[in-house]
Amino acid sequence: MNSLKIDNLQASIDDKSILRGLSLEIPKGEVHAIMGPNGSGKSTLAKVLSGHPDYEVTGGTATLDDDSLLGLEPDEISRLGLFLAFQYPMEVPGVSIANFIRAALNARLKEGEKIKAVEYYKDLYAHMDDLGMDRKFTSRSLNDGFSGGEKKRCEILQMSMLSPKYAILDETDSGLDIDALRVVSDGVNRMRNPERGILVITHYQRLLDYIVPDYVHVMSEGKIVRTGGKELALELEDRGYDWIKQEAVAS
Amino acid sequence: MISPSQLDVDRDKGDFHYDTDYAFDAGIGLSEDVVRYISEVKKEDPWMLDFRLKALSTFEKKPMPTHWATDDLKNINFDVIRYYLSKGQQPSRTWDEVPDDIKNTFERLGIPEQERKFLAGVEAQFDSEAAYSNMKEDLAKEGVIFVGSTEGLKEHPEIFRKWFGKVIPTSDNKFSALNSAVFSGGSFIYIPPGVKLAQPLQAYFRINAENFGQFERTLIIADEGSEVMYMEGCTAPKFETSTLHSAVVELVALKGAKIQYVTVQNWSNNVFNLVTKRAIAEEEAEVRWIDCNIGSRLTMKYPGVILKGRKARGEVVSIALANDGQHQDTGAKMVHAADETTSNVVSKSISIGDGRSSYRGLVQMPGHLKGCKNNTECDALLINNKSQTDTYPAITVQGDANSVQHEASVSKVSAEQIFYMKQRGLGEAEAMSLCVNGFVNDLIREFPMEYSVELKRLIDLEMEGSVG
Repeated sequence: MNSLKIDNLQASIDDKSILRGLSLEIPKGEVHAIMGPNGSGKSTLAKVLSGHPDYEVTGGTATLDDDSLLGLEPDEISRLGLFLAFQYPMEVPGVSIANFIRAALNARLKEGEKIKAVEYYKDLYAHMDDLGMDRKFTSRSLNDGFSGGEKKRCEILQMSMLSPKYAILDETDSGLDIDALRVVSDGVNRMRNPERGILVITHYQRLLDYIVPDYVHVMSEGKIVRTGGKELALELEDRGYDWIKQEAVAS
Repeated sequence: MISPSQLDVDRDKGDFHYDTDYAFDAGIGLSEDVVRYISEVKKEDPWMLDFRLKALSTFEKKPMPTHWATDDLKNINFDVIRYYLSKGQQPSRTWDEVPDDIKNTFERLGIPEQERKFLAGVEAQFDSEAAYSNMKEDLAKEGVIFVGSTEGLKEHPEIFRKWFGKVIPTSDNKFSALNSAVFSGGSFIYIPPGVKLAQPLQAYFRINAENFGQFERTLIIADEGSEVMYMEGCTAPKFETSTLHSAVVELVALKGAKIQYVTVQNWSNNVFNLVTKRAIAEEEAEVRWIDCNIGSRLTMKYPGVILKGRKARGEVVSIALANDGQHQDTGAKMVHAADETTSNVVSKSISIGDGRSSYRGLVQMPGHLKGCKNNTECDALLINNKSQTDTYPAITVQGDANSVQHEASVSKVSAEQIFYMKQRGLGEAEAMSLCVNGFVNDLIREFPMEYSVELKRLIDLEMEGSVG
């Protein structure tokens, strides 16, 4: 129904199994965080849900509201309303941010509909102001030569312009200094509303001081091994991941 | 500004032809008789027939340049080509007088419409001869000449003969010799001293007949201090058999003159396009070749500038797009022959599928000169794993008072880039198009607005179905 629902999802790359029966439901209006040690499959989850061609889904389901995501092309999934903020946004030389976002919005229009340039730029500038981005950015090539912070801001800008139903933020805090982290988090927090579900993937608790989640999940060996409230993140910060791994093995 | 829908020229748009009755047909194959026939139909003076016959013998003596160029040249069968086809009409000054089948062809290509919108003059060539040639009246009053080569030779022999064959000698290469033997059509342009054309002149070269060879010959003379922009477009239908297009273009920019020569070629994939283009730039003159090569089976084209006068400037800006089964072998020649001459070459190529693009650049600066500069940048973008690119720079610089800079790069559109763009909702072909348009964006701005819109559309169309 009104959720991003993943049930017993299994996926592999080059015959190596990464996701091993992962289940998770993110209803609209909630922010969930996935934490976990390196190599637990967090980024794989983001890519599989987005339809990355390198991964093979070997079992389970994933639905956005009532639409199955599995087997769809990445652009179809995007247009259904799933946005992925990349850990490492790609550089696209010669394509300006303004043109790229406009093309992405255009791809969502029905035949015969058109984006009005004046309104588009008004909207774009308003979002850029919110993110403290210089307006000169609109004519810069997408991510080309950007600093880490600029790239992440640009991801949040795209997210706010495309206004997705669900957003996955993959290690958005990596490579950010504390000021950039605050700006980016503010951007995400502005997008929290009852009509949108957000999944934050992070290795560190620090980000969750700024984007406070409703639920925290711990991922290990390709599945969710523990779920709790925001205090779980603090516990992980304190005790590390090993005890959870051991508990998972014990059970 | 012209919207894309008005300039609806695409790769399939040229794919039609009309059955046409030709009053003059030189038959199939190449011989002395064919050359004599062409010269006779054109009622040429004996010196020109003589020139043609010598050229034919030069052509026959010269080997195919396969020691450095592609072996695909061997697949051209000169014996099955038709070298001259025309209805025998004089070029009309109004579209109403143009025969219907020819008029319909150019209507479908949008030429009369473009003429009304932004051109100072138009020449439209259908197979061997110009069917239409017209220029704004006020330009004629200023002494500007814009006619076909046949008319130029007849009406203005004193200017024509002085420069004809002087920039590119017959024996320059096998195909310049072939063109010199059988040439027909092309433009003859003279801009009087100090006259600066605000709007471009345009020629459109259309191949309509199968097994046909088009050999236009263009000569542009910009007298002292004058300025002109000339644009040419080309299309042909998709026939089963191959078609040959082999032009010779000579430009003369006298002291302080400026010539910009813009080409947008959109040949169908069976055309061998083997063209020789060269300019002479006198003192403080400037020549710019702006060239976009889309389509054809094989294009070989290396526009050049001989920088003959002090402070002369030469530039080649080119975009080449090689799709499946195509080879774009393009480049530039800059011959510095005076002090303080400067040249600039910017070349970008895109290879799609198993398409191949080659860049050949020649830069010459003899040691006795000083203050000469050349800058060359050539960048290649590969779309698929099978795509190919190669670069052959030939730089001869002597002396220590000159400077040369050469930069080359090769990049590839990565699967991760495409995934990133698709994740934002763009289809795969659209994502590819954006990457390619991004790659050539800075060069597309060098084309006149009306052409840059068309170019972007052409690139989009080339990208469709090219993915995988």
